[in-house]
Amino acid sequence: MSQTINRRDLDFLIYEMLAVDELCEREYFSEHGRDVFEPLLDTAEDIALDHFLACAEAGDKHMAEVVDGKVKMIPEAKIALDNMFEAGFVAASLDNEYGGLQLPVTVANACMSIFQSANIGLCGLPLLTIGVANLINTYGNNEQKALYIPSLLSGNFYGTMCLSEPHAGSSLTDIRTKAELEEDGTYRITGNKMWITGGEHELSENIIHLVMAKIPGGPPGVKGISLFIVPRYQVNADGSVGEHNDVSLAGLNHKMGQRITPNCVLNFGDNNKCIGYLVGEPHCGLEYMFLMMNEARIAIGLSAVSAGYAGYLYSLDYARERTQGRLPDNKNPSNKMTPIIQHADVKRMLLAQKSYVEGGLALCLFASSLLDEEKTHPDESARLEARLLLDVLIPVVKAWPSEWCLEANKHAIQILGGYGYTQDYPVERLYRDNRLNMIHEGTNGIHGIDLLGRKVVMKNGAGFELFMGEIQKSIDAAAKHAALSEFVTSLQQAKQTVIDTTKVLTTAAAKGDVTVFLANSSIYLDMFSHLVLAWIWLKQAIAVQVGLPDAHDQDKHFYTGKMQACQYYFRWELPKIEAQAKLLSSLDTTCLDMPEQAFAG
Amino acid sequence: MKILVPIKRVIDANVRVHVKSDGSGVETANIKMAMNPFCEIAVEEAIRIKEAGHASEIIVITIGTSQCQDILRSGLAMGADRAILIETEAELQPLAIAKLLKAIVERQSPQLVILGKQAIDDDNNQTGQMLSALLGWAQGTFASKVVFNDGNVEVTREIDGGLETVSLQLPAIVTTDLRLNEPRYIKLPNIMKAKKKPLDILCPDDLGIDVNSRLKVLSIEQPAKRAAGIKLADVQELMDKLKNEAKVI
Ligand SMILES: Cc1cc2nc3c(=O)[nH]c(=O)nc-3n(C[C@H](O)[C@H](O)[C@H](O)COP(=O)(O)OP(=O)(O)OC[C@H]3O[C@@H](n4cnc5c(N)ncnc54)[C@H](O)[C@@H]3O)c2cc1C
Repeated sequence: MSQTINRRDLDFLIYEMLAVDELCEREYFSEHGRDVFEPLLDTAEDIALDHFLACAEAGDKHMAEVVDGKVKMIPEAKIALDNMFEAGFVAASLDNEYGGLQLPVTVANACMSIFQSANIGLCGLPLLTIGVANLINTYGNNEQKALYIPSLLSGNFYGTMCLSEPHAGSSLTDIRTKAELEEDGTYRITGNKMWITGGEHELSENIIHLVMAKIPGGPPGVKGISLFIVPRYQVNADGSVGEHNDVSLAGLNHKMGQRITPNCVLNFGDNNKCIGYLVGEPHCGLEYMFLMMNEARIAIGLSAVSAGYAGYLYSLDYARERTQGRLPDNKNPSNKMTPIIQHADVKRMLLAQKSYVEGGLALCLFASSLLDEEKTHPDESARLEARLLLDVLIPVVKAWPSEWCLEANKHAIQILGGYGYTQDYPVERLYRDNRLNMIHEGTNGIHGIDLLGRKVVMKNGAGFELFMGEIQKSIDAAAKHAALSEFVTSLQQAKQTVIDTTKVLTTAAAKGDVTVFLANSSIYLDMFSHLVLAWIWLKQAIAVQVGLPDAHDQDKHFYTGKMQACQYYFRWELPKIEAQAKLLSSLDTTCLDMPEQAFAG
Repeated sequence: MKILVPIKRVIDANVRVHVKSDGSGVETANIKMAMNPFCEIAVEEAIRIKEAGHASEIIVITIGTSQCQDILRSGLAMGADRAILIETEAELQPLAIAKLLKAIVERQSPQLVILGKQAIDDDNNQTGQMLSALLGWAQGTFASKVVFNDGNVEVTREIDGGLETVSLQLPAIVTTDLRLNEPRYIKLPNIMKAKKKPLDILCPDDLGIDVNSRLKVLSIEQPAKRAAGIKLADVQELMDKLKNEAKVI
């Protein structure tokens, strides 16, 4: 029984659904191929089991804390991360020029999901480091790239993203951290940042903070935010580490989950000696951050999927072993009790989990493949389309897994009954670890507003139309397989429902009723996401139909499982959108109209 | 000095093995295969010997179907310099393997052959010893420690009574036990480099070796299921059962 993401499932997605090996015909990926992916995924499994899973429980019990002014983590954490860096998983998808290995992001993320399913908390640190390297690679100047990227990819330096402040989380417009220009062209940074993952630790020689701050005199609001590289220790021209840069740890947050990793309150410039280096142009910080956010948000979606997946596998194994009760048609108490996996209601909880976590994994790897297309497709129009489609899907990629793979963790606990509620089994930890994903990288509520208020309407609805066109392509492809006819009909109808509902909402917005338009955007996000996921399940079902004729016995089980989970999604989940569509189309204002005073009147 | 490391492709240690329904062998179709764990230890040891400056080249070799190239690439990704595949579809016994290896040793003239003490599929534990006899070389089997002193290699062996240390004159054969080392993880840059390292393919005929098997497998079956345990009332009953049922005392 696999303890990390099922390898057959990953192989199915990489080769059968996404055909990533075909990408390697492109110059950029020419050093790669299946002969690289396979041993690499093997290595990810080995390191994940030996080091990441092995310290997951200890890291939860002994959370990161401050001892003698330094952040102390369990020692196994560093060993695990060192192995991950050394094997090249952090450098994997970056450009060759500064030490990257130009692996398709799809495969790099498949590997990451293996690590995440073993220990999602610990993976936050390398993921942020990858994000920082990516951002400097895209928007930094050559000097910055050469100075920081190789050290970030090797694990000599780790990275952080410093956006949030104590008083401003969702509302980045209102951040107060200040950056004042010095005569030498550097900036002096002062301010406080909250919630900084990996803000301080002793895992690496240095930490590179990417800090959002405002340059006095700049435009108000988000248009006045700039982005700065602020190292914990100054980096000398030869790459060696110099003086402390006046970034200090004000404390750690004591979290519900992902406790292995420190989450910090940081003060910048308490002694007015904190130096920051501008990235790109002034006042473009938020734009840069958002352009890079797609990758970070796929990582969050994948993190939620992976924790859900780990719980699914654990509860599946448990359900096979645990005996309890007898089946309805066999109540004779002298017969042996039955393994609970045979109870229909337990199968329901397993199948629900399977449809969420495997659907979520397919979604996140599909989104990753759009990054690969955006970067390397030979036609410019195809590159732009990949980007546009990803922009539309990103709120779904971040929010849907964080909501529904958390639901999967809830089912996993339920399958273990009372045992699931104890610390003797990992499923309660997985739930706690996973709970973060709805909150960070933009709360799911904010993503609902982003989807409806921006993504659906941007470029005159071009992204929305592109997405609907992609669904139609899959419907047409599926129509060739008789076994998929039920899904073809349902998806066609669901697609129309979402189009109609969207029209009602955008018409209201056009009339100027923005408040009502956005009031129920969380429900819109969920409805829209259910359509996306049904589409993703159909894509998987098409790949199954292609593979089935030549399948041997073991594969037949795998494919049967995929088809049954697809059916579950279409029959049990997709119909939910009709009720949501009705509510949304009525422009219901029940929540909006509720007087504040009446909540506890 | 060259080191030759013969390695074998086996069913991955994490896979549950099933006997074919006709009893002719175990199911290997579409099953995950990997380098035999003892062989990984052999490759690792060879690399450490080279890293310590005692060797200049490591050659990994395997005998089997063309799919076996994957484990050779793994060996190259770990750090071996080049690879040889002796390609054959035949089911080979240890003696045939040892003869083929002898022919390769004569062509490549390594000073040290380091290989796993056994493969986890057939658990034969014979190839190293047979190769040593065929070549007339010294052997240090079941190694848990290997130390180089000029011209000699000191091998600490795991034996029933504890540890035994032997000093071998080169050229020599070493077979590895589990405690010898912990093999390194394969790294992505090295997987990429391994694709470009030389891999030569030969066939048994090129070496003039007859690989016909002298043994015939009659049937293979799953080991009997272990019966459930029982609770005994007292020591008296235990003694009784040990004497009369198990007949061990
Ligand atoms: C463990 C952890 C790690 C984190 N790591 C980082 C990090 O590394 N770097 C970093 O910069 N930040 C990090 N964050 C911060 C995270 O991104 C914020 O917590 C998040 O953006 C929400 O901000 P907030 O906590 O201030 O909540 P608030 O913004 O106060 O939100 C509270 C509630 O109000 C809702 N809400 C807020 N505004 C609106 C609105 N306009 N319309 C409708 N609803 C609204 C939200 O959806 C939410 O439900 C981390 C947080 C946690 C918990």
